[in-house]
Amino acid sequence: MTENNFGLKKIEISVSEAEKRTGRNAMNMQETYTAYLIETRSVEHTDGQSVLTDSLWRRYSEFELLRNYLLVYYPHVVVPPLPEKRAEFVWHKLSADNMDPDFVERRRIGLENFLLRVASHPILCRDKIFYLFLTQEGNWKETVNETGFQLKADSRLKALNATFRVKNPDKRFTELKHYSDELQSVISHLLRVRARVADRLYGVYKVHGNYGRVFSEWSAIEKEMGDGLQSAGHHMDVYASSIDDILEDEEHYADQLKEYLFYAEALRAVCRKHELMQYDLEMAAQDLASKKQQCEELATGTVRTFSLKGMTTKLFGQETPEQREARIKVLEEQINEGEQQLKSKNLEGREFVKNAWADIERFKEQKNHDLKEALISYAVMQISMCKKVGFGFGEDTVYSKL
Amino acid sequence: QDLILPNGGTPAGTSSPASSSSLLNRLQLDDDIDGETRDLFVTVDDPKKHVCTMETYITYRITTKSTRVEFDLPEYSVRRRYQDFDWLRNKLEESQPTHLIPPLPEKFVVKGVVDRFSEEFVETRRKALDKFLKRITDHPVLSFNEHFNVFLTAKDLNAYKKQGMALLSRVGESVKQVTGGYKLRSRPLEFAAIGDYLDTFALKLGTIDRIAQRIIKEEIEYLVELREYGPVYSTWSALEGELAEPLEGVSACIGHCSTALEELTDDMTEDFLPVLREYILYSDSMKSVLKKRDQVQAEYEAKLEAVALRKEDRPKVPADVEKCQDRMECFNADLKADMERWQSSKRQDFRQLLMGMADKNIQYYEKVM
Repeated sequence: MTENNFGLKKIEISVSEAEKRTGRNAMNMQETYTAYLIETRSVEHTDGQSVLTDSLWRRYSEFELLRNYLLVYYPHVVVPPLPEKRAEFVWHKLSADNMDPDFVERRRIGLENFLLRVASHPILCRDKIFYLFLTQEGNWKETVNETGFQLKADSRLKALNATFRVKNPDKRFTELKHYSDELQSVISHLLRVRARVADRLYGVYKVHGNYGRVFSEWSAIEKEMGDGLQSAGHHMDVYASSIDDILEDEEHYADQLKEYLFYAEALRAVCRKHELMQYDLEMAAQDLASKKQQCEELATGTVRTFSLKGMTTKLFGQETPEQREARIKVLEEQINEGEQQLKSKNLEGREFVKNAWADIERFKEQKNHDLKEALISYAVMQISMCKKVGFGFGEDTVYSKL
Repeated sequence: QDLILPNGGTPAGTSSPASSSSLLNRLQLDDDIDGETRDLFVTVDDPKKHVCTMETYITYRITTKSTRVEFDLPEYSVRRRYQDFDWLRNKLEESQPTHLIPPLPEKFVVKGVVDRFSEEFVETRRKALDKFLKRITDHPVLSFNEHFNVFLTAKDLNAYKKQGMALLSRVGESVKQVTGGYKLRSRPLEFAAIGDYLDTFALKLGTIDRIAQRIIKEEIEYLVELREYGPVYSTWSALEGELAEPLEGVSACIGHCSTALEELTDDMTEDFLPVLREYILYSDSMKSVLKKRDQVQAEYEAKLEAVALRKEDRPKVPADVEKCQDRMECFNADLKADMERWQSSKRQDFRQLLMGMADKNIQYYEKVM
């Protein structure tokens, strides 16, 4: 839970519960899904007390809808990612089942994190649809769809790997896109190996547990050594079972890495949008230039470029001066329009770059801060784990009883 | 006679776990079981490879320091190979059948690709041979054995061995006599208990050995993954500006862990497993001694019965029976004494072993931090 300025009010958001539900889907088939309780509290400045103002239930697909809306309406913003749709990077003990309680719990935390990120973003927090997401349970879906954002969405963005040949790419964005690709690749690799490491570590600890029974059985036939062996066996059992907590903490670290894996994708999306804008701009400029040339040719009568019209006039005779005038007029109108469009596109482009770059800087700082903290707490966690084990092994009492 | 302990000084009352094994070492030297002062010291070291036309083999230097009258010189230094140790053990078994002879490390290396001349293998073997001789040295009867003396002192052991071959046939016969299929009526409770104990003991050690091997295997697989994990952080740090340092730090830390873990598994293999195996071999040889004892008792009982049946009063037979009785009682006494000694040294060995293992683990985790 954190605080933020939200339309001039200070509020706290939490995703406090998860509940299994059954219902009927769009095709009238029965389905099971999980619903999450979102609670919003407003904080009184004077005494810091919070009052519950809104509470409603949402499912994962509604979160997705919200995020897709934000992506379209704020193309220059690095939009916070949702927790993963399906469990990936699992190791053998971790379940890949979406209904598994551990998965649901981690998803609940992830969704809360998402809402907090949006609420603390200077631009996104003011969005009306976001506000309604938190406050209006029924009818929200319809409201979102009424904005018509799906139509606005550029279908070309979905083709992630399609290349658009941009003649004058902005170097900063190219570098950033490259960085986001590399970041995605390296974090994926890290998560994959980490999952294998967790698997192996689990194996090591669990086999130590086998000692427990043997030491116990052995202690039964010994006189003086009995107590010591019994303690040693017990200690092995404790050691073996400690791995469950250790790996749960590690899972939290993995989730933090995953968030930035998905953030890298959001970053890439901004770069793509810029690329598309740039492409459109260049296309429009190119189109305008060719129209101008056509106009000039008609006016002066010189045919410098090949055109079907030119060919047909050659073959079937010249057009009349009136016809030519008409065509010039049309072209001149188009050129005017084109120039207006180009002007506004240029303006849009510059605005986009300015805003995008501001958000990217903000994102960079956030990323550095968050990951630094995550790495430090990971290291601390490892150290405390070692301390616990070291202490257990070092218990003089255990072995001095032998 | 005041002796200078090799370690020098008095045991310090330190409580830090890292020094507990060394403390134990010092205590062991002070804590003589029978209260006798030590007058015989034997060490095995300095392995050397010998390449001859027919074969290649390793010899070890045996250094002996003693004030006993049985030794002409105060100090001896000879070279022996495994064959010679094997010969010695057989000789001891023959000449002291009522005593528990310590085990030797395994003669043949069964597991496929083990290099007989690798540093690891030679060192493990050297330690085991050193222990073997030290146990004999500690034994109040075995340490005075003639063959043992020759083993420690003779320049040319092979000549002595050949000499002994002639005697072998005679000794062999008497041994055969003892072990000639007599059926035992009832084993005295205490020896039955020892037999049961040894069975369970060997079983448990076997299980521990298997578990330890499995742990080592798992740890090695864990190590493989760790060795891939660390460098990924380095790759990442190359992409970053501000985060480069902490990422590089994590990478180095994981590299640290890997090295520490590798050392831990090596120690397990070199120190822990051989001791388990040694005690399993010990149990086996002890069980065969128990069988021999049973045979002696059986022979005695059979002879006694024969006499009772005959109802004659020949002086010859009672003497014969008496001899049997003597033999049996000797055997029992020797065995009991040896068992006690064995139990106590076993206790010390395992205490040292487990504390050593604990130490190593602590060191590992300290390094990792």
